[in-house]
Order: sequence, then structure tokens, then C-alpha cells
Amino acid sequence: MTVAVFFGCTFIAFGPAFALFVFTIARDPLRVIILIAGAFFWLLSLLMSSLVWFIAMKASNNEDYQLQRGLLIFGVMFSVILQEVFRFAYYKLLRKAMEGLVALSEDDSSPISVQQMAYVAGLGYGIMSGAFSMINILADSLGPGTVGIHGESQYYFLTSAFMTMAITLLHTFWGVLFFDGCEKKRWWMIAVVVCLHLLVSGLTFLNPVYEGSLPPAYIITVAMGVWAFLSSGGSLESIRNSLTCSKSSVNSQVGS
Amino acid sequence: MAENLANVVHEQISEDFPDVHRSNGNDGTERRRTEVREAESNGQPASRPSRPVESEEDEDEELTLKYGAKHVIMLFVPVTLCMVVVVATIKSVSFYTKKDGQLIYTPFPEETDTVGQRALNSILNATIMISVIIVMTLLLVALYKYRCYKVIHGWLIISSLLLLFFFSYIYLGEVFKTYNVGMDYITLTLIIWNFGVVGMICIHWKGPLRLQQAYLIMISALMALVFIKYLPEWTAWLILAVISVYDLVAVLCPKGPLRMLVETAQERNEPIFPALIYSSTMVWLVGMADGDAESQKKQTPRLAAPDSQATDQMDDGGFTPEWVDEQLNDLGPIESTEETRREIQQMPSDRAPAVPTDDPEERGVKLGLGDFIFYSVLVGKASATASGDWNTTLACFVAILIGLCLTLLLLAIFKKALPALPISITFGLVFYFATDNLVRPFMDQLALHQFYI
Repeated sequence: MTVAVFFGCTFIAFGPAFALFVFTIARDPLRVIILIAGAFFWLLSLLMSSLVWFIAMKASNNEDYQLQRGLLIFGVMFSVILQEVFRFAYYKLLRKAMEGLVALSEDDSSPISVQQMAYVAGLGYGIMSGAFSMINILADSLGPGTVGIHGESQYYFLTSAFMTMAITLLHTFWGVLFFDGCEKKRWWMIAVVVCLHLLVSGLTFLNPVYEGSLPPAYIITVAMGVWAFLSSGGSLESIRNSLTCSKSSVNSQVGS
Repeated sequence: MAENLANVVHEQISEDFPDVHRSNGNDGTERRRTEVREAESNGQPASRPSRPVESEEDEDEELTLKYGAKHVIMLFVPVTLCMVVVVATIKSVSFYTKKDGQLIYTPFPEETDTVGQRALNSILNATIMISVIIVMTLLLVALYKYRCYKVIHGWLIISSLLLLFFFSYIYLGEVFKTYNVGMDYITLTLIIWNFGVVGMICIHWKGPLRLQQAYLIMISALMALVFIKYLPEWTAWLILAVISVYDLVAVLCPKGPLRMLVETAQERNEPIFPALIYSSTMVWLVGMADGDAESQKKQTPRLAAPDSQATDQMDDGGFTPEWVDEQLNDLGPIESTEETRREIQQMPSDRAPAVPTDDPEERGVKLGLGDFIFYSVLVGKASATASGDWNTTLACFVAILIGLCLTLLLLAIFKKALPALPISITFGLVFYFATDNLVRPFMDQLALHQFYI
């Protein structure tokens, strides 16, 4: 496979995340730390869920393909739930840290707001999730081989890249919404986030029928993006203001 | 962890608020106290006679913690760069993953018939290596205690020569072989000569800060690559684990060699091994207690002047050890790394009083080169041996960064000498084995079916 495929898929999968990182996170040390800690929490959740899956797999019959596939599906669902649990745990941790930061600051206000933390935490989750899904595939794409030689889909790399980008963005938006739900004690928001995460992961079970997984995932991504934007205080007004650089009524936005 | 931090902070803050309000009008002295305090943020126990009143420590701690995030990033970047260099080399240059024999410190081979024999061999190897390290450390402490500075000095110079010239020559040779680049000896000599000489000058004497940092990162990476090449697998993991324990013991126990070293240096009011430490801001001339030194310093603001200038002011005859310790692959590196690792906390407090910076934010943070080396060894070994898996490398990388973050957090809280290895290496090892054995099959299956979690 060619270098073009490698670079193309890399930029598709990690372009938005990288741009978000460079423009909004790289300059602020605190955000970088929160990002890496978010990645760490995602990693922990993955570790736990892999452990469970591994035990289940080893304890069962290795030859039965359907059983193994079923176990894998169970593993995926369990992993999704565990990720959300760890997201909640991270929310609690950040809340505690914020109290510390507020107490430390000179003017009793935190250097970073909860929405910013939510965005950064979500992005941390997304980057780590995307990296773990995609990096091995990208490394393989630099080597020799033929995609889909046994009759599988030829678009494996492309669809993986697009799916990774969707997942990364989704995690970011879910982070914002999740934290927002926790802040305002709206548990239905959290339930919706968890259900949508399960749905998106579930849709990937339809692969390689990519029509069943990619378009819905992107629709959900856009919907989540709009919802996250609205829930963190954005509106058509603020978009118009920011585009025309008018300073009239722009208040603090997420990530600003 | 965060709860503890919050609790500690709350306790401190509750005492602090009256102080803060009281001294708000006293900005000048407050700044000075802050800076003095800042120096301590790197772990130096407070023991200077010129210590300000204890109550001011608390408000200084606030500012210390506030600047903590910046310091963490100042360490993240070089650690990341070092690891990236090591991983990139391991993945591209096959020389460093080929088995070409072992160091004399790890004489037992690991290609044995039974698993039990292999385990035994690796344990013996690790034991020998650790004993060598301990002996070397004690030797160094003894030399330092009895003021045999010239010996240490010479040792360091030889080490750095070896590293900057010989190892980089080998590295360059292997890179050329990998990319099939034709090179003549004349050009090569010029390149290596320039690289080596500039490196010696930057590290031992004066040079632009960024260049010095770059050289320290490069030699750490070279050292790590040597370890990755010559340590067999199980031995390497065992050594990493035992070194963390040793680090913990040597730094925290009252009779630990490194602790004794620190205390001796403090008694003599000397900075310890300035050259073997990575510093994120300009390193001040050492031992400045007089006005001349201060003005001298102010005239050379942007230079990183690790140690040698000290010769004029200090009575120790240009004591610039450490760095060489660090470098010597055969003898020094391991045990000297102890020294250097100590250095993360060994931000010489002596410097601080003499040099009140105007901007507390310019206070740098220091990390010993040994820490760089062992972090890179862990990540490099993970990328070399984890069945070609990038996830393991990534997981170890994140784990080490988080460990470093936690260590710095503890440092800011406890304000005493802390070892930088244990937490990071523990996380790194746990994540390496967990990711390689548990996560990798899971992710492979997911990728096979294109499921996404």
C-alpha cells in the first residue's frame, strides 16, 4: 500500500483532532495536562474491559466462531459502558481539582472553566481512542500488502480513517454534554450520551456494510456537535458575531 | 489523589489566607520570598540560614502550585522528544534491535532451554547490575565526601567524550547504513568533530540554552539506545523495576547514598553535579553569594552556564561532575544516573538566594538525565519487543507522562527530595505488560472485524 494512502488516512483520521489540539490546547499547560489525564483514563477503562474480555475468551471454547464473535460484541458493549463510567470518574476528579485551583488562585476564579475542562477531557478521550484504533492500521498501510485480497472490502483503510475521525469528534462532543449533564444534574443527558455511544459502537457491528455504520455515525456526530454547541451557550447569534468579529454581545464561549 | 491534593491545599490555604491578605502590600519582598520558595519547589528541603519566616512559605506554596502546570509541561516536552527520538530510531534502524552480545555486567545469557533457567539468569543479571550501580554510587559519594573533585571531574570528561564522539559516530554510521547513504570519512570526521566539540562546550561550559537542552536530550537518547541494545529482555524489565525501588530507597532513606550526597552538598553550600541535569531555564552561575557574581550573572542572561564558572567562586576546584557520571556507559552511567536523578530535586537552593529573578515564572525545573534515560529505555524496549505493536508504545508513553505529572504534584506538595523514577516506571511497566497481553488481542480482534469502541 502506498505512502499516499498512509498520509491520506492519517490526515483524515487525526487532522481535526490535531488542529483542535494545536489551536486550542497546546498553548495552555493546564489543558495539556487535562488532555493527557483524559487519555490516561480512557486507557484505564480499556485495560479493565480488555481484562474482562480476555478472561471470558480464555474461559470459553476457542473454536466456536459464533461464540467468539458474541463475546467480542459483549466486550465492546462492556467497554463502552466502562468508558462512560471512567468519564464520570474523571468528571469527579476534575471537579475536585477545580476546587483546588479556585482556592489557589488570587481572585477566587478558576483559571479554567468546567466547559473548557469538559471539552479538553472529551478531546483527550477522542485522541486516545482514535490513536488506539488507527495507529496499527496506519503502520501496516506503509508495508506491503493488498487490501481485501480474500474478498473483503477494498476500502478498509479509508473507512477506518473516517470512522476514527467520527469517533474522535464524537468523544469530544460527548465529553462536553456529559459534563454539562453532570453539572446541571440532568441525568437524562448522560443517559442519552451513553445510549448514543452504545448505538454508534453497535452500528459498527454492521461493518463491512459501511452504509450501515458510517453515514449514521456522521449524522450523529453532526447532531452531537450542534447539541454540544448549544448546551455550552452558543447560538446563531454568537456564530454571527464571531464571524463578523463583532464585539457587541459575544460572551465567553467554550474553548475561547 | 485529587482528594488528597484538595485536602492538602485546603489545609494550607486556610492558613494562608491571613498571610496573603497581610502581605499583599508588600509586593517586593513577597516576590523575593516567592522566588526563594520557587527554588524549593524542586524539592530542596528548606534549610538555608537566609530562610524567611515560615509563615511566608505557605503563600509561596500557592504560587508554586500555580506555576506547577507550566513546569510539568517544561518537562513533558523534553521527555517526549527523547522518547520520540528513541522510538523512531528503534523502529527504523535495525542495529539497535539486533542481538550483538551483552554487557559485561549482564553475563548470563537469556537464550536458555527452560523458562526457569531464563528467569534465574535474568535475576542474576539484574542483581549484578544493581550491585555495580550501588557500588558506583557509594564510590561517587565517597569521592565527593573526601573532596576528590579532580577524579570525578576527569571521569566525567572521559564519559562525555566517549558519548559525544564514539556513540554518536556509531549511531550516525548505522543511520547511514539503514538509509543507504554514501558517506566519505572526511565529511564524517568533520560532522562528528563539530558535533562533539560543540557538545562538550555546551554541556560543560557555556552555550545557548536550547542547544544545551538539545545535546542533553541527544546524549540521553544515545545512552538509552545502548541499554536497549545490550540488555536482554527479561533482564531489562527486571533492572527497570529494581532501579525504581533502589531510587526510592536511596533518596528517601536517611542513610541512602543519594540523600547523603545531597546533604553533604548542602552543608558545603555547593550545587551538586550541575552539568548532568536537564534544566528548562538558564542555569545560574553557582555559589553566588556576593555582588560580583550577581552582576556577572546579570550580564550573561541567556547563557546556560552549568558548572565551570563556579571555579572562580567556589573552593572546590571547578567541580563539574555528574554529567560525566551520567555519560559513561560502562561505569558511570548507571550509578551516576542516581546522582542525576537526585538532581530533579536537587535544584541547588544555594543559587536561589543569590539570584532573585524578577519573574517567578522564569524559575525553571530540573530533571536528572538518568530519568530521561530510563524512561526512554522503557518506551524503547516496549516498542522493540511488543510484537510490532504501536499501542503498547503509546500506552507506556502516556503512563510515563502521567507518572511524571504525579511525581511533580507530590513534589509540589511535599517539598522535599523525591525520586522521579518509581511512579513513572511502575505505571510504565504495568501498562506495558497489561497492554501487550490483554489489550493487544482485544484491539486486534476489533480491528479485524472493524468494530469500534
